Amino acid sequence: MSNWSWRDGHRRLAVLLAFCFTAAALVAACGGGGDSGGGGGSSSGKKVDMAAELKKPANLTIWAWTPGTEKAVAMFEKAHPNIKVRLQNAGQGATGGHYRKVRTTIKSGKGLPDVVQMEFQYTPSFLLTKDLLDMTPYLPKNFLSNYPEWIRNQVNIQNGIYGIPWDSGPLAFIYRKDLLKKAGVKTPIVTWDDFAKAAEQYHKAMPDSYLTNLPGGQTGQWLGLFWQNGARPFTTDPSNFKADLTSPQVKQVTEYWDKLYANGSISHDADFASAWYQGFAKGKYAGWISAAWGPIFLQSYTKSSKGQWQAQALPVWKAGDKTSANWGGSTLAVLKATKSPAAATELARWMLTEQKPVRMFSAEPQFLFPTVNWMLKDPNWLNTKYAFYGGQQVNKVYADMASVVDKSWQWPPIFEYVNTTGDAIRSKSVDQGKGATVTLQPWQNAVVNYAKQQGLTVAGQ
Amino acid sequence: MTEATVTSVAASTRRGRGRRKAGTHHGVKGFLFTAPFMVLFLGFFIAPLLYALYLSLFREQLVGGNAFVGLDNYKDGLSDPDFRSGVGRVALYMVVQVPIMLGLALVFALILDSAKVWFPRLFRVAFFMPYAVPTVIAALMWGYIYGRDFGPFADIADKLGTSPPNFLSEKLMLWSIANVATWTWTGYNMIIFYAALRAIPSELYEAAAVDGAGAVRIARYVKLPLLRPAILLCTIFSIIGSIQLFAEPQIFYAIAPQVIGKAYTPNLYVYNLAFSDQRLNYSAALSFLLGLIVFIFSILVMYMSRRQEETR
Repeated sequence: MSNWSWRDGHRRLAVLLAFCFTAAALVAACGGGGDSGGGGGSSSGKKVDMAAELKKPANLTIWAWTPGTEKAVAMFEKAHPNIKVRLQNAGQGATGGHYRKVRTTIKSGKGLPDVVQMEFQYTPSFLLTKDLLDMTPYLPKNFLSNYPEWIRNQVNIQNGIYGIPWDSGPLAFIYRKDLLKKAGVKTPIVTWDDFAKAAEQYHKAMPDSYLTNLPGGQTGQWLGLFWQNGARPFTTDPSNFKADLTSPQVKQVTEYWDKLYANGSISHDADFASAWYQGFAKGKYAGWISAAWGPIFLQSYTKSSKGQWQAQALPVWKAGDKTSANWGGSTLAVLKATKSPAAATELARWMLTEQKPVRMFSAEPQFLFPTVNWMLKDPNWLNTKYAFYGGQQVNKVYADMASVVDKSWQWPPIFEYVNTTGDAIRSKSVDQGKGATVTLQPWQNAVVNYAKQQGLTVAGQ
Repeated sequence: MTEATVTSVAASTRRGRGRRKAGTHHGVKGFLFTAPFMVLFLGFFIAPLLYALYLSLFREQLVGGNAFVGLDNYKDGLSDPDFRSGVGRVALYMVVQVPIMLGLALVFALILDSAKVWFPRLFRVAFFMPYAVPTVIAALMWGYIYGRDFGPFADIADKLGTSPPNFLSEKLMLWSIANVATWTWTGYNMIIFYAALRAIPSELYEAAAVDGAGAVRIARYVKLPLLRPAILLCTIFSIIGSIQLFAEPQIFYAIAPQVIGKAYTPNLYVYNLAFSDQRLNYSAALSFLLGLIVFIFSILVMYMSRRQEETR
């Protein structure tokens, strides 16, 4: 202790310390600089000689979180012995930090994957920063004619193809038939009015349980509900950006849910968190407004209720209507900086359009809802009975929903901001009992401010 | 980080002493000895800082490129309500959590050192163990314990027929986080205090005993004054840790996004600005402001400690 000359070191220590932790605070903030451009990509409409390109050996890295991808990669490697593929799971979607990591590696220019899983809603945002490869030259002619129109619109932006559609997320309502029966709730629930009554009736009969849980956050799910009601809050074009989050169609949705929050007949726990999974395991939630991929997340927590689940059409605003929307759904996109654009595009195309992998993804336990037309029309697939759903031919329900998803919806090119800001302010307000409607104007203002600050041209401003 | 700081501090004091003894003539030789440290120091501490400083003077937009904006980012930062409320929050946290944690660590260290406990090694390891648990794992674990529906508290409350306190609510969140940090870091600080106590020469104790001092008086008038440097060191590390609070709120975001939001602590805000909003320049400027705040706090603590020492 005696040789510790504390006082002598005082000033030097202070300076050092201050430096050290600023550095720590900054490690986060310091990406590399400069453009990550370059790489390959003859952007014009010219087709590339793929047969010649694919004979060259290539090493690819793919970042994806969907279960089963490892199987599809193995299939691809078997069919392409000269292409080696490294699969990495950088986190499950936005919650798992996937997009942040993609952004960081793009900024640093090091350790870049060639192919990345990209949900529909993120494609325009990565396109705005010019990080995605136009895959057109590496794909067969009229490639997109294999997909329904609304799916086509998700990847066909600015006359390019910026992703191979993987799965989509048509919204429906899934519920525990045993619990609803016990509470005396009649199914199917046709309109949102019926749904509100059913939620009250259910919670009265089962005080520890709720017909559904709708978190204040989870912007993706909320946008799906707005979408179903005909709201079109965004445009993709950064030179004519529109944000309209206070339209009557949006307000009708938030006011509806605010009523259910206020009378306590539904819960608003944060989703995809441990308590939420436990909530399904222990029957706290009897249903979920979810997309076709829903069971992926539930199956390991619902072993005791396996076979008790049912899917039904999403309730509608007017009896007799049939409307739905989309939540989630992915593509595989190729980053512009890839050194092997041909091989990377082929990996995405092969895994997501060839019979073997597509059939694997579209079956239990993957539960992905396919996007290619031939699979959507496959009678065997449509008639498949799922054990999770107690033998229900659930694909018919989702195919029905997918057929009524409106195709004019557009994603904002600043989705990350729209999403995180929406999550933050809406979840806080709902948790404090103030509801979702009061957050629409602040959200709108924040989005418009951010868009202007980032140099987008905002329509009507 | 902490380790690196310790070595750099040690290296700097070593350098200082060497120079004094050898005089200025052998400066070149001395510099050669410290060159490996200096290279790493410049490369990993100073260069990123300068780069961040450079970044913080620009504003890069998603559309329309990059422009020099001078100190605009700093001006925005000083009036940013999210940043200011975050700083206020960690300051409150610091004022409450650091004394509790260091107080506990000190008491534990004195008890262990008093040689009046059974199985001192076992206790030493047990207290230190939480530090070996990675912060992220600790936060996940506590997130489960705090759970309102299915955690152990929920079970106990259920058995008693009441509902458990909502540890993750807006009111309690900061203290729930403080509890996790205290759990993690008390043992670490205790080990530092304990090591310092073991280094006190036993002659001092003998002298005190001859003078008729009991265990408590020895602790108060012999041990504590000699522990001052260690306490000061731990205080400063803890202040840095508090202001840089990040991992716990980041993990708790998943289970309580409604409370954490995007800017619960300044570091979390900086992270979200950089990687979600892609405002790297602004987040670099905020990092510097944050660094400045830590610097001011550290200087303040050292100043107060020195004054106290001088008045004695």
